[in-house]
Amino acid sequence: MAGLTLDGLRKSFGANEILKGVDLTLADGEMLVIVGASGCGKSTLLRLVAGLETPTDGRILIDGRDVTQLDPSARDIAMVFQNYALYPHMSVYENMAYGLKIRGLRKAEIRAKVDAASSLLGLEALLDRKPRQLSGGQRQRVAMGRAIVRDPKLFLFDEPLSNLDAKLRVQMRGEIRRLQRRLKVTSLYVTHDQVEAMTLGDRLLVMHQGVPVQLATPTEIFERPADTYVAGFIGSPAMNLLTGLMRRNGTAITVEDTEFDLGPQRYALPDGHPVFLGIRPEHVALAADGMAWPVEVVELLGSEMLVHATRPGGATLTLRTPNPPSGGPGMGEAIRVAFPADRIHVFDRASGRRIEPA
Amino acid sequence: MERRTLFPGKLLPALLILPQLVLTLVFFLWPAVQAIKSSLEREDAFGTSTEFVGLENFADLFGDPLYVAAIGRTALFCGCVTLLSMGVALGLAVLADTEIRGRAFYRTMLIWPYAVAPAMAAVLWVLMFHPQIGLVGAWLNRIGIDWDYKLDGTQAMALVILAAAWKQISYNFIFFLAGLQAIPKTIIEAARIDGARGFRRFRTIVLPLLMPTVYFLLVVDLVYAAFETFATVYAVNAGGPGQSTQTLVLKVYLDGIVNANVGSSSAQSVVLMVGVIVLCALQFRFLGRKAVT
Repeated sequence: MAGLTLDGLRKSFGANEILKGVDLTLADGEMLVIVGASGCGKSTLLRLVAGLETPTDGRILIDGRDVTQLDPSARDIAMVFQNYALYPHMSVYENMAYGLKIRGLRKAEIRAKVDAASSLLGLEALLDRKPRQLSGGQRQRVAMGRAIVRDPKLFLFDEPLSNLDAKLRVQMRGEIRRLQRRLKVTSLYVTHDQVEAMTLGDRLLVMHQGVPVQLATPTEIFERPADTYVAGFIGSPAMNLLTGLMRRNGTAITVEDTEFDLGPQRYALPDGHPVFLGIRPEHVALAADGMAWPVEVVELLGSEMLVHATRPGGATLTLRTPNPPSGGPGMGEAIRVAFPADRIHVFDRASGRRIEPA
Repeated sequence: MERRTLFPGKLLPALLILPQLVLTLVFFLWPAVQAIKSSLEREDAFGTSTEFVGLENFADLFGDPLYVAAIGRTALFCGCVTLLSMGVALGLAVLADTEIRGRAFYRTMLIWPYAVAPAMAAVLWVLMFHPQIGLVGAWLNRIGIDWDYKLDGTQAMALVILAAAWKQISYNFIFFLAGLQAIPKTIIEAARIDGARGFRRFRTIVLPLLMPTVYFLLVVDLVYAAFETFATVYAVNAGGPGQSTQTLVLKVYLDGIVNANVGSSSAQSVVLMVGVIVLCALQFRFLGRKAVT
């Protein structure tokens, strides 16, 4: 049975349409990460599922049950908030027990559930503390504990790691992943951080301006982005997009006056069709000859470096390469690059959609 | 750590606080010293001679059943005013905190009474509750309730409590509303998801987070009711009928100015002064206390 189904979900605030129709099905126990820039509607989507907002149109089904009109408390969900939203006047134990108490569970039962959750999260020693006496990571863990004890049908995560420092974020990321796998609770996780998205999700949903652009596994999204937005959003630094024209009966693209061969595959596009040639910085190869790009900036990242180059016409290219022992190219020096044919992405310039070889 | 900017020089700072110091000196410290001095003296009936009597005025005061009754009356008055104004203000603040159309308008209207002068507020209530010409007062009599606050002490007390509380509702409302808005929305949302609804959510989540505001207003309102309601109470019925609305502040005025018993009146002021100091100390403690976060 599906863990969560969204059916034509729309939300407007006044004349401002935030969500323009989302259809989505999560398998039972699946973790889906919604990723997008701020304002893309991902948080609104989560709040609709939580029942904190009412949809303008569409239906929400949790575990097969239509909950669209139900109060948050009746939806059997738990949510982890960005700022943790712990009850400041309650101890860690009381924070976790609160939802159970309201459900009318017996004291012993509550105690057992809270103990189980706190041992799972390593919170046993902190049960009597108040939230203000905890570190960021510990608070995060209590927020998780509060979600877990309820044993809900659906977990909702609203950017739960963005208030943590970088090191802790990596650690908690792994922890959330392990917990979710272990508890097998269907989860919806919202983030703007693409690394979180790539590492946590069974599948990703990339949102852009209220519309879902691509729903696929992280690998799929990275290797075959559905359009130029996804191509630019997932991957760091972003994919290079060079304006070009289709040539040679769909087997090559010219960028300015240089021709790039697309290998054995053939695209069903007429010669002269305007396209974007997409290539990730790590796939750009330095070559002995080929298109010359004057270097603008070189960033040394330790084991590797980023080279930013700009053509006289204004086109820019980023290249990521291991640090050569001889040191990188100097500023103004022209580098010559090659694009391996099997690493080239082709996008229609007018629509921005990805074009697959015929 | 808190960073502080220290400005050099001593003359300018001294000059800057001088006006306030002068005001405090002339309008507070000097009269206070005068009051303490005359509380230890007795003046003869014609005001021609005074003699030092030690603590006799105080002893007389606390031996006087009328004064002890006034203490009880003031306590009742303060308690009722505080409870009533805080309760109503909290209710209004909770309502005004919800998302409604024209919310700014409601809030402005609710804050308005604060701008009304105390005596004016009293006159408003008198006009409403006057047994013959008052809208409510006349109506009460028409439906068979014997309403005349100028004859019935209990009714008079109820009226001054109403008038004094009404004045303070706005003030409490502002603080309660600010307090409610300072509670992070996500905490309320977390409680909603946890299943807490309505009054239970208010009692277990909102109210505990509002407690610093409650403590603060409790002290402020007690100070207000005890010491700042003179104009309101005096304008309603000048402490009457009989002594039924004579609070301690009113008694100081009536005994000292009207009945010219300077010694006793001064002793009463000193007692009140001690009361103010205690309450202010309490207030500073709560003001200084950090909000629970």
